[in-house]
Amino acid sequence: MTLSVEQAPRVEVTPRPRQASNRARFARSLRRYWQLYLLLLVPIVWFIVFRYVPMANAIIAFKNYNPIDGVWGSPWVGFDNFERLFGNPVFPRLVGNTFILAAYTLIASLPLPIILALALNEVRLRFFKRTVQLVTYAPYFISTVVIVSMTILLLSPRVGLLGRTFSFFGAGQVDLLADADFFRHIYVATDLWTTTGYSAVIYLAALASVDVSLYEAAKIDGATRLQKIRHVDLPALMPTATIILILGVGNIMAIGFEKAFLLQNALNLSTSEIIPTYVYKTGILNANFSLGATIGLFNAVISLVLLLVVNTVSKRVTGSGLW
Amino acid sequence: MSNVISKEAVLVEEAAVGAAAAPSLTGGRGRRSEPRGVRIKEIKADRAFVAVAYVLLTVFLLVVLLPLLNIVASSLSSPHAVSSGQVLFWPVDITFRGYTEALGNPAIVRGFANSIFYTVVGTVISVAGTVAIAYPLSRQNLFGRKVITGAVVFTMLFSGGVIPMYLVVQSLGLLDTRWAMLLPNAIGVWQVIIAMVFFRTSIPDEVYEAAQLDGASELRILWTIVLPLAKPLIAVIALMYAIMQWNSYFDALLYLRDADLQPLQLVLRGLLVLNDMGGGGDVSEQLRRRELADLLRYSTVVIATVPMLVAYPFVAKYFNKGIMVGAVKG
Repeated sequence: MTLSVEQAPRVEVTPRPRQASNRARFARSLRRYWQLYLLLLVPIVWFIVFRYVPMANAIIAFKNYNPIDGVWGSPWVGFDNFERLFGNPVFPRLVGNTFILAAYTLIASLPLPIILALALNEVRLRFFKRTVQLVTYAPYFISTVVIVSMTILLLSPRVGLLGRTFSFFGAGQVDLLADADFFRHIYVATDLWTTTGYSAVIYLAALASVDVSLYEAAKIDGATRLQKIRHVDLPALMPTATIILILGVGNIMAIGFEKAFLLQNALNLSTSEIIPTYVYKTGILNANFSLGATIGLFNAVISLVLLLVVNTVSKRVTGSGLW
Repeated sequence: MSNVISKEAVLVEEAAVGAAAAPSLTGGRGRRSEPRGVRIKEIKADRAFVAVAYVLLTVFLLVVLLPLLNIVASSLSSPHAVSSGQVLFWPVDITFRGYTEALGNPAIVRGFANSIFYTVVGTVISVAGTVAIAYPLSRQNLFGRKVITGAVVFTMLFSGGVIPMYLVVQSLGLLDTRWAMLLPNAIGVWQVIIAMVFFRTSIPDEVYEAAQLDGASELRILWTIVLPLAKPLIAVIALMYAIMQWNSYFDALLYLRDADLQPLQLVLRGLLVLNDMGGGGDVSEQLRRRELADLLRYSTVVIATVPMLVAYPFVAKYFNKGIMVGAVKG
């Protein structure tokens, strides 16, 4: 995300004084690049309308919103909404569920892509390698609705492949989706199924960029393949893994609505209700806009703080941050 | 771009330092005194190791493939075989009944048509918007570039949330219109970053200078020189947007009530997750309907997935490049 990147200064057609006022520089830039500014206009309006206006609208968290007075006309209520939120007995469980689900997903999804990439890297049979890569990558293109549908179908004790297998092993007619204890495992398992092949690509690229002379050196030193993995491959993957972990921690409260909501049912709600699904139910379904916005704002602020903290720590520890 | 490249180089260097130190340690344990014995042992260990790698990969392969096979096989089986759970990985009593039923279901057909519309139009809008903001911001001499870039990237870190966004869509009068599916998430910051990196790294400054000397206007440079050079980039981001559009259901859930506007994913959710099949009829009719419903679920899952999976092998190559741009930036 480092966007302020230095580049060699471009040769200007007309030489210009080094220090010009911002206004003069803007005027000159506008004269020369007016077409580019024109091009920028529509996307900038889009960003204002669909990104910055919602940020401003978030002030309804401090108001008692009603549709007649609108966002700006509704009466201020200070921190009442937050007090109501923090006082709500559901709230601690909500935060806990969100955090546990996200952390579990993050930790579980770290090792598998690395293992897959390392194994792919060892195999010489091109056809086999390509097939495995193609197949494991494919679920990434499947929509959440379909993934959840497949999960429901497969776990169905009546018609599902896995559901019937469990029944076969004498567990009786078990419906894992109706069991709150299993919600997190199912969520994480489907996540792994979907993303492992995709994530492995990044690690494969990191492995491909390892200097060949390192392998040669290892070979001369008599390293076994396992030793090569331990002392050449894994260290080569560490920076990538660190960055992915950091990004994951920063995004931990930003866990998505889609899958949790679809996997939810009345029976597993005690573990499956997370902040985004609760926001949807309170804000949209029950039309309690202010409370919904309050929870959303709480989540967004926590996310931002987490990201800033993680980035700072990462810069200190590894020397590489996100910006 | 020097910054990014040097960062990558540093990563590789770090890896190199860490790795170079380590194998020499293993080599220094005086095993050289028995080269022959060690050599044979190593080959054995390596062979076992490669075998383990093959076994592991086969497991990965099967874990992904078998559920997919089960779904496809079920979708091609008879309603009774599906309902009584006879289908494993090969169709039982092969029939295309599931597909003819699905394609005869007006809701599914309408959803399919809607999804195609949203995907095609949405992708065009998204790509145009992304290029329109990323290209000017990739030009070094454009005054205000850094401020605008900062403002764009900030939206990645902080957002107003679902409810405030809903209020915007509502106040613009977009609820229950097709625009609600096309506009609110038209531009992705990640795609903008990928595009900016591409423009900066793959279009040399000399191109702009030459074009300017020839008197080409900025828009003409973009249209006749830059865009043709940016075909791989456009392929990547168009794909990302198309997949997002095809697979999304949250926006539809939020903004669309009208059944005529709903995309396939939302129709699917109704069919599969909510178990919404319509009732009525006597017992045998209900049983028959239930069997058919089971089958229909499998075939709609396949129908909703095939368009993306068919495209996938052709585009996987480009897609990987897209991920890599992101990874280098990360």
